[in-house]
Amino acid sequence: MTRLGMVIDTRRCVGCQDCVVACKTENRTPEGYNRDWITYATKGRFPTLSMTIQSERCNHCDDPPCVSCCPTGASHVHPWGGVVLIDHDACIGCKACVVSCPYDARYIHPDGYADKCTFCIHRVERGQDPACVSVCPTHCMHFGDLDDPESEVSRLLASRPHHANLPEAGTGPRIFYLD
Amino acid sequence: MLSRRRFLSLAGAGAAVTAAAGGLPRLTSTSAAAARPRGLERIPTFCDLCFWKCNAIATVEDGALWKIEGNPEDPLSEGRLCPRGTGGTGAHTDPDRIRAPLLRTHDRGEERWTEVTWGEAFAYIAEKLAAIKATHGPESVALFSHGLGGTFLKHTLKAYGAVNVAAPSFAQCRGPRDVGFELTFGEGVGSPERTDIRNARCLVLIGSHLGENMHNTQVQEFADAVGSGATIIVADPRFSIAASKAQHYLPIRPGTDLALILAWMNVLVTEGLYDKDYVAAHGFGFEAFAAEIATCTPEWAFPETGIEPEVIRETAREMARHRPATLVHPGRHSTWYGDDTQRSRAIALLNALLGSWGRKGGFYQPASMNVPGYPYPPYPTSTRGKVDNPGKKYPFASEAISTGIREATITGQPYPIKGWFVYATNLIQALPNEAETIKAIQNLDLLVVVDVIGSEIAGWADVVLPEATYLERYDELNVELFRAPFVALRQPVVAPPHDQKPNWWIARELAVKLGLERYYPWTTIEEYLDHRLQGAGLSLDLLRQKGVVRGKAPPLYYENGLAPAFATPSQKIEFYSVQLKDAGFDPVPRFTRPAPGPAGSFRLLFGRAPVHSFGRTQSNPVLAQAMSENELWLNAAVAARLGLANGRRVRLRNQDGVVSTFGIAIRATEAIRPDCVYMVHGFGHTSRMRPHARGRGASDSQLVTAYATDPLMGGTGMNVNFVTLEPEPS
Repeated sequence: MTRLGMVIDTRRCVGCQDCVVACKTENRTPEGYNRDWITYATKGRFPTLSMTIQSERCNHCDDPPCVSCCPTGASHVHPWGGVVLIDHDACIGCKACVVSCPYDARYIHPDGYADKCTFCIHRVERGQDPACVSVCPTHCMHFGDLDDPESEVSRLLASRPHHANLPEAGTGPRIFYLD
Repeated sequence: MLSRRRFLSLAGAGAAVTAAAGGLPRLTSTSAAAARPRGLERIPTFCDLCFWKCNAIATVEDGALWKIEGNPEDPLSEGRLCPRGTGGTGAHTDPDRIRAPLLRTHDRGEERWTEVTWGEAFAYIAEKLAAIKATHGPESVALFSHGLGGTFLKHTLKAYGAVNVAAPSFAQCRGPRDVGFELTFGEGVGSPERTDIRNARCLVLIGSHLGENMHNTQVQEFADAVGSGATIIVADPRFSIAASKAQHYLPIRPGTDLALILAWMNVLVTEGLYDKDYVAAHGFGFEAFAAEIATCTPEWAFPETGIEPEVIRETAREMARHRPATLVHPGRHSTWYGDDTQRSRAIALLNALLGSWGRKGGFYQPASMNVPGYPYPPYPTSTRGKVDNPGKKYPFASEAISTGIREATITGQPYPIKGWFVYATNLIQALPNEAETIKAIQNLDLLVVVDVIGSEIAGWADVVLPEATYLERYDELNVELFRAPFVALRQPVVAPPHDQKPNWWIARELAVKLGLERYYPWTTIEEYLDHRLQGAGLSLDLLRQKGVVRGKAPPLYYENGLAPAFATPSQKIEFYSVQLKDAGFDPVPRFTRPAPGPAGSFRLLFGRAPVHSFGRTQSNPVLAQAMSENELWLNAAVAARLGLANGRRVRLRNQDGVVSTFGIAIRATEAIRPDCVYMVHGFGHTSRMRPHARGRGASDSQLVTAYATDPLMGGTGMNVNFVTLEPEPS
């Protein structure tokens, strides 16, 4: 099986928001709505501080609650790659998925349907990386098949300590952060 | 976002597209993916969101601009733009763009206009220029210009007889750094800087906030250095993004960087850790230099800087461990405290001790392609000299001093300045002390602003000429000094939405109106560009297709055969500067303690955000979403003491009683010292020409009424202002 996911190197990331801006232009997200975003967490007391920066988005979970709770089947897992997608025409905008997502990755588009990151599947189909990955000036983002042990993402996960967000939610997130 | 219905109708087109090598296999199912729509054009050009000028490819769908990406052939961006470049689409759609030529109808600064035709605007300007020339001489018209786009306007004004041309990027930004390096190595670091960050094994940043300051090549190479485990040392009053990547973060007291640098050099010399062979081969005056800094011990520096002596020693030793691949970054915006050339010279000398100039992982030798200029008739000559630096008051100024032209405009000395042309620089925010700028404007017979977007200085103009954005125009070629020589073309991607015109057209039409047509032997810009490119064995057709053509890189380092050469009086690296001594300055940099502010005030520091450039992008609808206003960084303990919670809005009052027009939200954070506050520059616009940026955050520039002038080169140190915080009613 192909299981698409992302590995993001928090050491390299400078939190410049290029991924956020590239997603906006690539996917024409409406003003004020984002499919990806940056979190900055500063710990410690001045001057003994540390900061973690993360580029975040839908985790395209292995066991996505947004899909199981969808009353119309609009939220679905794509048969190839396991990408979680939304059929906008079948979506009734009930927000069940928005509430169910532990990552707060979804929003209701002004046109009335639920929307979120698609891993830029329209690009991936053509052999390109998602827009956020391909724009990143620090090369901190990597995209590929987590089930292929030879893929760049698998090799990075095998070689470096890493974490996912909210593993306790039990949804099987597929965005990993190299520590 | 494509709807499902839309992409199903496009699915057939997608099937024809093959997967790129090395990518993921193409989907074969009828997935929810958008296939490549028809009517897509990919047009190469280069970016104008900042002066880095990365090469880009714009995608136009059915005639409308969709997105802008990096050109993979580009040595600057390596195919990856920064967030501003990616958000460059918003420059085209910015609601605060100037739409038509504007003529002032009321008093200056009232921002009341009538829209006129280009012909009417040129007629007005030409009449005023003729009158100034007749009464005062053509030298009395000055040009302030920022960026490549000013090339043609400069040409027209020089043909008219103007000699006073300045960019705030010298005396308000990089000037002290350039002069400090020129005095030491005989040449500056250039732009893009010749820093070999990608090969550095130890990178030292002194107030440089790479990652927030988004100079694309440098940030990419910074990430490479971090990723490859290089030692990062950061001295900054604020825990910047770069500081968060550092093994050694030195929370230095503002204004004491020079003391730290002198102490680092003291350690390298007294412990014998410097590159002795390099200094012996290339250095001049080392013994006198060593004697001069002998007292600058870490113990001496500690009470000045607040940095523990052991930390100073440890970081100096770490620098020595990795030399010559230790790069002490020269910075860029270096007009801080008025002794900035000497601080920059100390940075140059620290690099010299580490042997990093001309070495891999230090400073490489850049090169540019040979693209001959267009053969123009010679400009009229003048015997009156320039006004910005009369009597060489600032003996080491190597470019024109913008604030010197302002001063001459106020005083009328050495001769009156009666006309200002301002291209793509908001002088009200760029020059310190806006009251002085406004005072100078009172003496003008003509103020013309050419820009894509409204600004405070445009609000003071007599005539405002709307320029097409970089996405809508041809421009001068970009032939840059860089590690990989190249030539790049800017070409129109989409049409201007209103009556905006390209800078070359504006400059040429004005020249024709002034009877200077012979200075424009070419009629179309295509003719001009092709002529220049043919001179380099290339063609406009080729560049239109590729956007950028790379040349051969000569050796970058001494170890690769580059011959060391120093254009200083001694032909060596000047540890001791006789020319400085002869001019009455310190031959070796000396530290002076910065003056403290009034009790209870905070030193005002400012810098950059990765999603904005100067004051030009705050109304860009894409970038404004990423950052809509600035915040005031305030130490968390201080904020608690003052009872200021996160998000509370305050006005800032400076030492001269100036209060910010707008409030700014408090960002209470551990990440800054308690004796200073920090904000991102370029916000808090007051102009009604910027309705979508006006009142968003506060303007640091408004509060920079005090400035310390660098006696060597006339730079205006701006980190000498102090503020208190006045909460707005909550």
